[in-house]
Amino acid sequence: MSAFIKIEGLEHSYPLDGGERIAALRGIDLTIERGEWVAIVGANGSGKTTLARHMNGLLLPTAGRVWVDGLLTSEPRDLWAVRQRVGMVFQNPDNQIVASTVEEDVAFGPENAALPSDEIKRRVDDALATVGLTEHRTRPPQMLSGGQRQLLAIAGVLAARPACLIFDEPASMLDPAHRYQVMDTIRRLNDEGLTIVLITQAMEEATAVRRILVMREGRIVMDDSPARVFQQGDQLREWGLDLPVAVEIARGLRRRGWRLPPDLATVEQLARALC
Amino acid sequence: MLIRVENLSHTYIPGTPLARAALRDISLEIAPGERVGLAGRTGSGKSTLVQHIAGLLIPAAGRVLLDGIPAHARTARARAARLRIGLAFQHPEDQIFEQTVFREIAFGPRNLGLDKAEIAARVEWAINMVGLPSAMASRSPFTLSGGETRRVALASILAMRPQVLILDEPTAGLDPGGRRELIAHLRDWQCKTGSTLLMVSHSPDELACIVERVIVLDDGQLAADGRASDVLSNVALMSAAGLDVPQSVRLLCALRRSGWAVRTNLLLPEEALDEIIRARREAA
Amino acid sequence: MNLLLPGAYIAADSALHRLDPRVKLMAAFALMVLALVVHSLASLVFLTLFVIAIAILAAAPPMALLRTLGAIFWLGFLMFFFRLFTTPGQPLIVVGPLSVTREGLLVGATQIYRLCLLVILSTLLTFTTSPTQLAHGLEVLFKPLAQIGLPVREFALVLTIALRFAPALLDEIDKIGKAQRARGVQMDSRNPLRQAQSWSPLFVPIFVAAFRRADELATAMEARGFRGAQYRTRLHQLHLSRQDVLAALSILFISLVILIGERMT
Repeated sequence: MSAFIKIEGLEHSYPLDGGERIAALRGIDLTIERGEWVAIVGANGSGKTTLARHMNGLLLPTAGRVWVDGLLTSEPRDLWAVRQRVGMVFQNPDNQIVASTVEEDVAFGPENAALPSDEIKRRVDDALATVGLTEHRTRPPQMLSGGQRQLLAIAGVLAARPACLIFDEPASMLDPAHRYQVMDTIRRLNDEGLTIVLITQAMEEATAVRRILVMREGRIVMDDSPARVFQQGDQLREWGLDLPVAVEIARGLRRRGWRLPPDLATVEQLARALC
Repeated sequence: MLIRVENLSHTYIPGTPLARAALRDISLEIAPGERVGLAGRTGSGKSTLVQHIAGLLIPAAGRVLLDGIPAHARTARARAARLRIGLAFQHPEDQIFEQTVFREIAFGPRNLGLDKAEIAARVEWAINMVGLPSAMASRSPFTLSGGETRRVALASILAMRPQVLILDEPTAGLDPGGRRELIAHLRDWQCKTGSTLLMVSHSPDELACIVERVIVLDDGQLAADGRASDVLSNVALMSAAGLDVPQSVRLLCALRRSGWAVRTNLLLPEEALDEIIRARREAA
Repeated sequence: MNLLLPGAYIAADSALHRLDPRVKLMAAFALMVLALVVHSLASLVFLTLFVIAIAILAAAPPMALLRTLGAIFWLGFLMFFFRLFTTPGQPLIVVGPLSVTREGLLVGATQIYRLCLLVILSTLLTFTTSPTQLAHGLEVLFKPLAQIGLPVREFALVLTIALRFAPALLDEIDKIGKAQRARGVQMDSRNPLRQAQSWSPLFVPIFVAAFRRADELATAMEARGFRGAQYRTRLHQLHLSRQDVLAALSILFISLVILIGERMT
């Protein structure tokens, strides 16, 4: 099947001290195709991180099923194959770096797969070249900037040669220059055919994708193109989210009777439409 | 409180091969009640500068004066001046250690030597100031959500009634709704108390909502210090410093380049919207 | 990272830097044992000359080496003082009921000297061997113990991660300390009660932060396919070169010479 990730009836709840349970995910049905780039947005507590962690088997369903490339995440003997196919980059650049030097950290994944030394070296070289950190290979992570550390985390995940990458708010702790670097790298990886799932709060980041999933209280409440999602401005605000500034201004103009194309999401698109 | 920074310089790990000039010859003045933004890329010296202002670092050269008193001095007067400054580091909820929200917020006032009644009053005031319900005072801060702990941490600083509040990326990690609310609460607090506000931020859109003056640091040096509308709309300056301009400014600049007669120093989306409508009406 | 710890690794290309960490570990161990057991003056002098030769081979800046001795200044002073007054023998100076003996002087001086040699040797080791290499060398040296069920590889991984996060934890301690100072905690107060009170605001957040960090790191490691330390291979393998064999043989030779010299005097 061309569907890379398939989720059916996914529920996830976890117990509290008093014996009651909290429902983090209340019935998710979702299909992500190979090579797609999907953004998942939602307020804190909406379940986006929980959902992402089901996609590489870090969490297992309380009910429902998750398939990755045809493999069931809840099947113990397939779990490592799942984790090889789906890499995950977390929000804090520091807390995903294991080793004392750049190349040793990139090697962590292949080392876990018990690959021979020369194959590990090949993978490390390739991954470092992809993210542009080759010249820093023997440096300790604390000598890298926050953006470079995030690129290191990406390299570390790429070394396992995954088919899909999940990014959990990868740029939220970075300054603008580094944010561009990371988003640029993500775009390039998608161009090369990797399936990308991007969790983000920055609506500006979500404009680059073709499909946005909006989550609220453990459910997917919208699953559409950016243009159509952004048309629900008031609803998004209610759900604790924002609109990109360009969309806000376009809405304001349309309310005053101006004619503008419906799928405007970025400043560049709006400027072009106005001229 | 009047803050004066005179020719301040700071070097990290001096005398070693890893020595780095974090601040070079910074001079500025912040008057009471001002709302100032501090912007710059990572490593430009923003955190170092605010730590100097709070008296937590010793200058390698130059000085920082709080109402005329050297900020880092070990005298009682200097200590009293330092306690009139509230400083929230990035992710201030990391500093939480008490068993209840009440005790956590009361920590600062206790260190100020206030009596029980005053402490209780301040805690109540601070909890409401950040938009949390009074009932939260008896809960353990470690059971709260990220956004709630952030507010508790801020309340614990506000309870000290600082004359100057310094915030290092106060909305980092919050979702859009949480960010909007926090900025609204901060504006409200500043309005009610008339205190000075110094806010470090990466986001020019956010600064545009709350500050009237912006200081930009680039590689430890002062790259700009002026009105927010002038500094944040200066595309050349901001991009040289590794920063974005507000989205509204980007839009207005793009329109200007295509021949529209619009001003480009409007920072907020509503302002840009009005400007576009006005320009079209006048052109017609 | 704004703190430079004394004796920390500095990347360079000296002869010592290029040696296999296993050889360096065993050499350091052998020489430290020698420093503790030899008695005669000749042996100590010989050993000192050898240590100086190693320091030259390591291209270690002499001032930096001597500065690391500053870390044990008080310990050495106390030991010397203790020995001065408690070693029985021919009294030199009498101060009331206590007497400084000639033997005490000798023993005290020798002890300090031994301590200095130990510190210099271990500093030379850490100067020229990165924490990763040290952990790797230790792991390979102790691997045979894994056969009898000791979690050698796990310990090595824990050590590597601890070394990796040491600077970050120090930064965290610095940041929390400053944050609490800004809230009025007096960290450097003379008052012992205040000093005690300043611990909880420092310790609790740091512990919480450390656990949170560990939790996030463990999740990331799991996501990257970590399933236990036994099954892993390594990017770099340790290989013994000709210089390593030469170094090992020379250490052996020198040690034998010193021990035999001891026997003969």
